[in-house]
Amino acid sequence: MDIRTTGGPPTAEEIAAVDGLLGDPASLWEGGTRRPEDDHVGFGGAAARSRRPLLLPVLHAIQDRVGWVSRGGLEYACRRLSIPPAEAYGVVSFYGRFALDERPPLVLHVCDDIACKCAGADALCEALEKTAGPAGKTWHRSPCLGLCDRAPAALVERAGAAHDERQVAPLTIDVAQDILRGSDWPQAEVPALPDRPRKLLRRIGVVDPESIDSYREHGGYAALRRAIELGPEGVIRQVTEAKLLGRGGAAFPTGRKWDSVSKAPVRPHYIVCNADESEPGTFKDRELMERDPFAVIEGMTIAAFATGCEKGYLYVRGEYPLARRRIENAIDQARARGFLDCDIEVRRGAGAYICGEETALFNSIEGKRGEPRNKPPFPVQAGLFGKPTLVNNVETLVNVLDIVVEGGAAFAATGTPDSTGTRLFCLSGHVREPGLYEVPMGTTLRALIDLAGGLRDGHSLQAVLLGGAAGSFVTERQLDVPLSFEGTRAIGATLGSGAVIVLDDSADVKQILLRIARFFRDESCGQCVPCRVGTVRQEEVLHRLLSDRNGEARDSDMSLLSDIAQAMRDASICGLGQTAANAIASGLTQLKVING
Amino acid sequence: MAERVFVGLPKRLVKVSIDGQEMDVLEGATILDACRQLRIDTPTLCQLETLTPVNVCRVCVVEVEGSRVLVPACSRTVEAGMKIQTDSERVRHSRRLVLELLASSVDMSLCSPQVHGWMRRYGATPERFGENVATVAQPVKIDNDLYVRDYSRCILCYKCVEACGADAQNTFAIGVAGRGFDAHIATEFTAPLPESACVYCGNCIGVCPTGALMFKSEYDMRQAGTWDESQQTVTETVCPYCGVGCMLELHVQDNSIVKVTSPLDHSVTEGHLCVKGRFGFEFVQRRRG
Amino acid sequence: MFGAGGGTSSYREAEETNLVILWGSNARETHPIFFHHLLRGVRNGARLVAVDPRRTSSAQWADVWLGIDVGSDIALANAMARVIIHAGLANKEFIERATTGYEEFARCVEAYTLEVAEKETGVPADAIRDVALEYARAERAMICWTLGITEHHNATDNVLALINLALLTGKVGRYGCGLNPLRGQNNVQGGGDMGAIPARLPGFQDLQEPDIHAKFSRAWGGAQFPDKKGYHLSEMFDAMEHGELTAAYIVGENPARSEADQTRAVRLLGGLEHLVVQDIFLTQTAELAHVVLPATAGWAESDGTVTNSERRVQRVRRALEPPVGARDDLEIIGELARRLGCDWGRPTAEQVWDECRELSPMHAGMSYARLDELGGIQWPCPDESHPGTQFLHARLWKDPVEGMPAPFHAVEHDPPVDRLTKDFPIRLTTGRRLDSFNTGVQSNQYSSPLRKREALLISPADGERLGIHDGERVLASSRRGSVEVPIRFDESLRPGLAFLTLHFPDQVATNVLTIDATDPKSGTAEFKASAIRIEKLPAGIRT
Repeated sequence: MDIRTTGGPPTAEEIAAVDGLLGDPASLWEGGTRRPEDDHVGFGGAAARSRRPLLLPVLHAIQDRVGWVSRGGLEYACRRLSIPPAEAYGVVSFYGRFALDERPPLVLHVCDDIACKCAGADALCEALEKTAGPAGKTWHRSPCLGLCDRAPAALVERAGAAHDERQVAPLTIDVAQDILRGSDWPQAEVPALPDRPRKLLRRIGVVDPESIDSYREHGGYAALRRAIELGPEGVIRQVTEAKLLGRGGAAFPTGRKWDSVSKAPVRPHYIVCNADESEPGTFKDRELMERDPFAVIEGMTIAAFATGCEKGYLYVRGEYPLARRRIENAIDQARARGFLDCDIEVRRGAGAYICGEETALFNSIEGKRGEPRNKPPFPVQAGLFGKPTLVNNVETLVNVLDIVVEGGAAFAATGTPDSTGTRLFCLSGHVREPGLYEVPMGTTLRALIDLAGGLRDGHSLQAVLLGGAAGSFVTERQLDVPLSFEGTRAIGATLGSGAVIVLDDSADVKQILLRIARFFRDESCGQCVPCRVGTVRQEEVLHRLLSDRNGEARDSDMSLLSDIAQAMRDASICGLGQTAANAIASGLTQLKVING
Repeated sequence: MAERVFVGLPKRLVKVSIDGQEMDVLEGATILDACRQLRIDTPTLCQLETLTPVNVCRVCVVEVEGSRVLVPACSRTVEAGMKIQTDSERVRHSRRLVLELLASSVDMSLCSPQVHGWMRRYGATPERFGENVATVAQPVKIDNDLYVRDYSRCILCYKCVEACGADAQNTFAIGVAGRGFDAHIATEFTAPLPESACVYCGNCIGVCPTGALMFKSEYDMRQAGTWDESQQTVTETVCPYCGVGCMLELHVQDNSIVKVTSPLDHSVTEGHLCVKGRFGFEFVQRRRG
Repeated sequence: MFGAGGGTSSYREAEETNLVILWGSNARETHPIFFHHLLRGVRNGARLVAVDPRRTSSAQWADVWLGIDVGSDIALANAMARVIIHAGLANKEFIERATTGYEEFARCVEAYTLEVAEKETGVPADAIRDVALEYARAERAMICWTLGITEHHNATDNVLALINLALLTGKVGRYGCGLNPLRGQNNVQGGGDMGAIPARLPGFQDLQEPDIHAKFSRAWGGAQFPDKKGYHLSEMFDAMEHGELTAAYIVGENPARSEADQTRAVRLLGGLEHLVVQDIFLTQTAELAHVVLPATAGWAESDGTVTNSERRVQRVRRALEPPVGARDDLEIIGELARRLGCDWGRPTAEQVWDECRELSPMHAGMSYARLDELGGIQWPCPDESHPGTQFLHARLWKDPVEGMPAPFHAVEHDPPVDRLTKDFPIRLTTGRRLDSFNTGVQSNQYSSPLRKREALLISPADGERLGIHDGERVLASSRRGSVEVPIRFDESLRPGLAFLTLHFPDQVATNVLTIDATDPKSGTAEFKASAIRIEKLPAGIRT
């Protein structure tokens, strides 16, 4: 490709970061210095362009090392990977976590999303503003970091040769100041899971998450052995009989998906584990990856075996450094033991909620902006790199282990006839014992909240946000809803990602609705008009509506919101835009937020 | 003597119904193709025959029976038995909203009369979002003598990016940068064009539907109030430079070339030119000076 | 090529082929819209090989770039042929049925081992072998070239060497295969079509063929005109030198700047007894003329046709009123004829074209109406029901072959005339840039943001060796003359290779340096290979 770079040379550190990942350049034509061979021959073309998928890893390498991505650094990456700089700029500027302006090596990301708001994140941010200056330099406001059970949460990023990234929760102003001063900080505490019957979570807190031997001692790899006995078709039959529905939010029948991929004539087949858990209020996949990573990899291996996948990717949220380390370790150990059916590469997100959408996730793995694709074609036909692709969520894959071992029928005996098995719920907000709970499908919301110790004394329930920002509000009188796909659907709600954010009477639901509106405006990829402009207009109108001055315009503003909502729902490309009005619409109708 | 080769097998016909009307469409055709076959005027902004559909503007959405959401006519291919509504309440609503959302945030005054017709047809009243709403208004970028970029007119249809990129020029001097409402067309690090990879083929201008990208000559005449399309002739001829034989459309006002385009349907150019064909016409003008 | 003077393929075929070898062509900059078609092919999975001394912007798109030494094309082509033959990949059946001269050709290339080729071209043997095998094995492959092949003293041999490769592997006469010279100027192909070649009449009909000559003579009312081959351009200058040619009528050409060894060209033009120049500008050549005939711009002020590099005849149309005093070429020629005593009337462009269609069978089916309707037609188009011809030489695949078989030509490597020596150690090659054209008469009049002052491009390593910094003015000298020129470092050039364009003769008189060693068959000079030295200017004049 005839690439023109005009931004000046990269620094030695940037070169070291890029070359550290890619190895030294093979020739002058790939960014190296002239060797005699370069005078008369050069290679490039399709082979060079095929390195595009390494763009995000290279950008991470630069940012990890230097703390931000300069023009010279980006252009060096472009020369190494044969990517036009404007394209790469489009990519780097898409992801919220990449910095394009120089900034200090140490930065703190403070979550101010719903659950953390309930735990005083706003006061924390105000205090930080006073002591460390406005957000955007040394510290940043962040959407949900997936540590809602330990809110308020933060993530520390320290660039350099010894790059470090750690979760901090709960964050106090004292800890925040210590961190910004550069002193060491406490590791996030690992909460013990309450003693109650568990299935999916049975190894958590019991198994050593860094040891394959420990995993095997606790029943690990029995499922893979059984899967091989069953054969690919047998495995798919069991998964189909189990009536397992996807746990990422869309609740698609897993068996059907596997069947389609296994039968797709085009090769190769890819398997992608969607571990880009970013729905506000959700942390179940993080828990599984951090504390039972081998189970995730075993589940992926079985899925790859059953559907004939030649290559796997696990795309983990950029804000989950521990999960990423544990998963990488698990893959390394499994590979060393020959326990992988196909090789699995870990890809790290970079701060884009939209990349949880499967086709946006493909684009991100391919080194592009995380813009969703129009469907059809569906991933099972043309997914990653245009090839048939199986995408499953972390929790879904872990469910497969029990299905294979105990059989689909036995698995389906738990739960309801249409929603089989157990489900992980992430309880946060105003409950006594926030955390990860596993209950059979069909358990009522009331029972689940009771399991978490109920509300604080002297407080009454205002609402529950079920399914995160893309979900909807449920009120006191709907607490007996059975938590199954069909049960929630019947009241116009959704299980979504399993996020259950409990709000008592102390919660400022206006602020929460505005936070949700801001979340969608910030996280819209910007590709399609209904979502790009709709999320902005929705936030503007909501501000007007919730201000004290709304007066006579209220009715017209309400109908304007509903007009925007309908267009977003009907005409957006992907699920983000299609659900961006749900929580707000349900909040406005279910809750008493409008004066008068 | 040589002979002509026809590549590909003849295509089958599939039966679909559009607004209750049964029809046969070539397999592989889009819903938009089918609508055009029936002369149903379907609004489009980001669609162009010579570019890969990106289906981002969503103004062409139609209702397909069995589909939960509306589908973009420009990129969805027809399937046997498809039942399509192009003028249902839902379709009209979304088309109206798309036009309103755009017109409330972008200066669309230089869009074609056709676009303004759609605004009227769908009753778009962009003012209803209120005053002080976010827009993409920004100063015009004039950083070279050949063309100007006025991104306050940009609806982010991606056409310029496609023409600069894989669909034609493959220079990739511009891309979509940023995210959400901040998404915008940019060179690397928003450098001025002369410091970018731009080769001034002007193929981005050729596909821009809103006047955000414009010949400097047109921009200057508009500023001076002398631009008058009713006084312009358009003549097809062949570029005077290399031997590829690119078809040019010379837009002439007052015996002066004011703009050069290329026909979309010609096999040599498909609407695309290089810097010489697009801008290299000065030498015939200067002779009369 | 084998009797047809045009590229064999359509642009569309570049989109659907498996391999393209761009040989001595920087199409990315010189034929940008053809390159669009080629890139679509690349996107569809085609491989691209670029053969060019410079790592051009085209080469940067290539899967493989072979950076040959200037003028070693035949060594490369012959070595590739030998690899193909030894690998048993020659298309024996095609060679047997559709070609002649294979035995002699095969004997000739036997001397071109990979070792020899590596020595002559500089390209590593492995790379040559791999490209040869890839070309032979590709289902469809085409070779495209430009002036990198033809601006050499042995231009015709260079072309023949490429044709040999296509014949050897049966890569011609089929869809997606072929041999394509990309024409450098808007109507180079059309000029040839219309007989602006020393031995041809319109439609590539042989002037020296009595039947043909008689046919034209009859059509032109029994007119007498020469039946012998005329001079090509370089021969004309030689004839001027010998005093044989004393008057010239030059239409739309600027040889005072475009000829190699410019000093000589200007001297000879200036010494003519009578020089008439018909042009749209007062060019440097026109300044030397006794009579200047101001003409209209063919593409914007006149009606007519041109032919492009895929043999497509296309209409040009008048869009502008010409400046006062400028007249249409047809009108000027008609007026000249009238004053010389022949009244040809005042035919319209279409009437002249229709006469051409009557006399040239390959144009017969191309009425103006059809040209308009079809967006141009590719010759041959023998009648009005014929759609035009997408690619040539399908006849070679008929069994038995229709018409004459295609001949191999054994050709030998012959290095550039201007030898590199201790005194002139640097190879200067020339070319074009994207935004400019030839001597800049047209292109220098618009304001291109890409344009920089003309500079002598050299490898940074050479700069370092010579103690010259980027931007410094130096003295560049060949055996013919010297010019002062600023230096610009460019990594696309290897040490020992320098580059200039011809676009800015007023800034840098590049053709003072170039050599007029000329290919005897085509008349093209060896613009691509001069030997120069670069010297620092005395302190004080340096910038």
